[in-house]
Order: sequence, then structure tokens, then C-alpha cells
Amino acid sequence: MSTDLYAVTVLGHDRPGIIAATTAGLAELGLNIEDSTMTLLRGHFAMMLLCRGGSDAAAIERALAPLAADGDLDVAVRPVTDAPAPAAGGSAWVLTVHGGDRSGIVSAVVAEVAAAGGNITDLTTRLAGDLYLLVAELDLPAGSDVSAVEGAIRASAERLGVTATLRPAEADEL
Amino acid sequence: MTSEQGSARVAGWSETELGVDGRVLDVVRAPDGVLSARGADVDPTAADVVQLAADLVATMRVSPGCVGLAANQVGVGVRVFCVDVTEHPKTRTRHGTFVLCNAEVVESSRNEKAREGCMSVPDLTGDVKRASRLTVRGQLPGTGETVSFATDAFEARALQHEIDHTDGFLFLDRVAGAHAIYPRQTYL
Repeated sequence: MSTDLYAVTVLGHDRPGIIAATTAGLAELGLNIEDSTMTLLRGHFAMMLLCRGGSDAAAIERALAPLAADGDLDVAVRPVTDAPAPAAGGSAWVLTVHGGDRSGIVSAVVAEVAAAGGNITDLTTRLAGDLYLLVAELDLPAGSDVSAVEGAIRASAERLGVTATLRPAEADEL
Repeated sequence: MTSEQGSARVAGWSETELGVDGRVLDVVRAPDGVLSARGADVDPTAADVVQLAADLVATMRVSPGCVGLAANQVGVGVRVFCVDVTEHPKTRTRHGTFVLCNAEVVESSRNEKAREGCMSVPDLTGDVKRASRLTVRGQLPGTGETVSFATDAFEARALQHEIDHTDGFLFLDRVAGAHAIYPRQTYL
């Protein structure tokens, strides 16, 4: 099998059958879906997937063109390379930030994560009424002073009038 | 008082002991700051605490699906909450309606993950891991007796959720990860 890897993104107004149509197009080309994620953001469909196979980007775009035909979906295909696995030895954490909605919450808080050399591996934000919520999973490098990182995050959150909680990401070893 | 005696005392408690009528209060919603601040410890025999206990029970009773309510949720920053999981299908051990002041977790074990909602976060639910075996200690409003008792399953979850409220934490602070938050599908 070819080692060609492609990132496919599908964005636009939600309707039934988008995933079925997308995956059918990829299956016809013999592409294997390796990783994918999909969500609805206030009725807007958003999907990213990585697929691998012996096709080329132009052929994939042609196969998925019917999806975008009525103009309410954007489909993009781009070749990507296999990324190296992240360095091991760090620690995983779950960060929750919530409070009154205002601009700059995400940037201020994640700046503290970046300043500590931390890497955000997953992030969700929600606006529910006046409540703004951020939940992120992040890795901190081995040897990090977690208390200091947490303190910096809390201080940053307090300046914005929101609350931050940093907890270890628990994994049960079975 | 042993855990068994405490359990019997709590199970036998009802809001009629308070001797005052409860009033239905408005429930505050996040991002109200009272929900994110640890409540003050209280004197469980004080008249205002006794009235608050009755008010919490009255407010819980009129709120569909409500199995617990903390003082923070009615805008009062003190460590008092009520619980009643009697009618909930996931309940095993049940102690009926009760109110605890200054409660804390003494022992916990057997973590289980389940989806939680909250009247103060009406638009979201989340997966939260909590102990399913729990021993708590707190004081009964009115008499001020200290009781310690064990429970399990849904009542244990409800107690941890309410104790978290009194400590200034929402279930949002405990969700399992970035994909553990969901827009609420059904409003009670």
C-alpha cells in the first residue's frame, strides 16, 4: 500500500449524510481512514480526517466534489507527512476554565501553557448563555514545576475574572 | 455516633425538624461568581442557617429532576446543601431528604464515570469520574449534630457534586477531558 497520507477537511452547514458521502468517496478510491474527528458547532458540520492510500490529492478532490456541489460545504484535501510521535516522559493534564464571556480568555490562558513548554493536545470551548467554558488536555514537559504552571494559569484566569482548574488526566491501568 | 447510627439518623431526618416553612428561591447560573468561590463554614444551629436549609429543600422540591441543591446555587456562599435521590433509578442506598452543613468526604473508593448535569449549568452536561463508595461527615441543621455515614452509587455521586458546590467547584471543573462536555439534549 502507498504511504501517501492526506488530510481531508469538510466544513459547512449540517445535513444528514455528509459522513456517508465523504467516506463512500474515499472508499471508492481504496483509501483507508486512519484518524478522524467530527463535531457540530452550532449546526455547522466540521470534520477532519487523515486517510492513506494509493491515490493523489486531485483524484480525492474529484471524488468528493459532489459534496460541495450545492455550495454549502467546503471540502479541502492536502497531502501531509507522518509527524513524529511526541516525546515521552511528560505528564498529561486536564485544564478547565469557565466564567463570564469576554474576548481573550483562550489566548491568555493557553499563553501560560505555551510559556511552560506545554503542548495542548485537545481543546473544546463552549459558549452557553453568558457562560464561557474551555476544557483542554495538555502535556507538560518532564520536570515541569506543575504548581508554578497552575499558579500562572490561575493568575491569568483571575485577571480575566474567570476560574481555572488544572487536574491530572487520569488513566486507569487495567 | 457510629456510621450505622449516623446513617439511621440521616435516613430518619426530615425538613419538618427545622420547624420553619421553606421558601422557593431563584437558582443562580454560571458564570455567577458565587458558584466559583468556596462557601463559608456555618453554625448549623443559627436561625438563618435553619431557614436556608428549609429553603433549599423547598426549592429542590419544586425543581423538576433536581436531586440536590447547594447554598451557592441560590446565591448564598455558605457550606450547606440538600440531597434527595429517592426517586432516581440509579439510586441504590438512599437516605431520603436531608441537609448537611460543613460536609466533607471522609473516605471514597471505586471510581466510576457518568454524565452529570446541573441546574446552574443548564446548557451543558459532562462525563465526570466520581467515587461510587463514599463516607461523608457533616452537621445537621437545627440540632447541629455531627453525623458520619456511608452511601454508594447515585447518592454518593450527588453528595460529591453538592460538596464540590460548597467548595466552589462545578462539574465542569471535574470533566474527564476536552471531549467530555456535551450540549444538553433534554431539559427537564
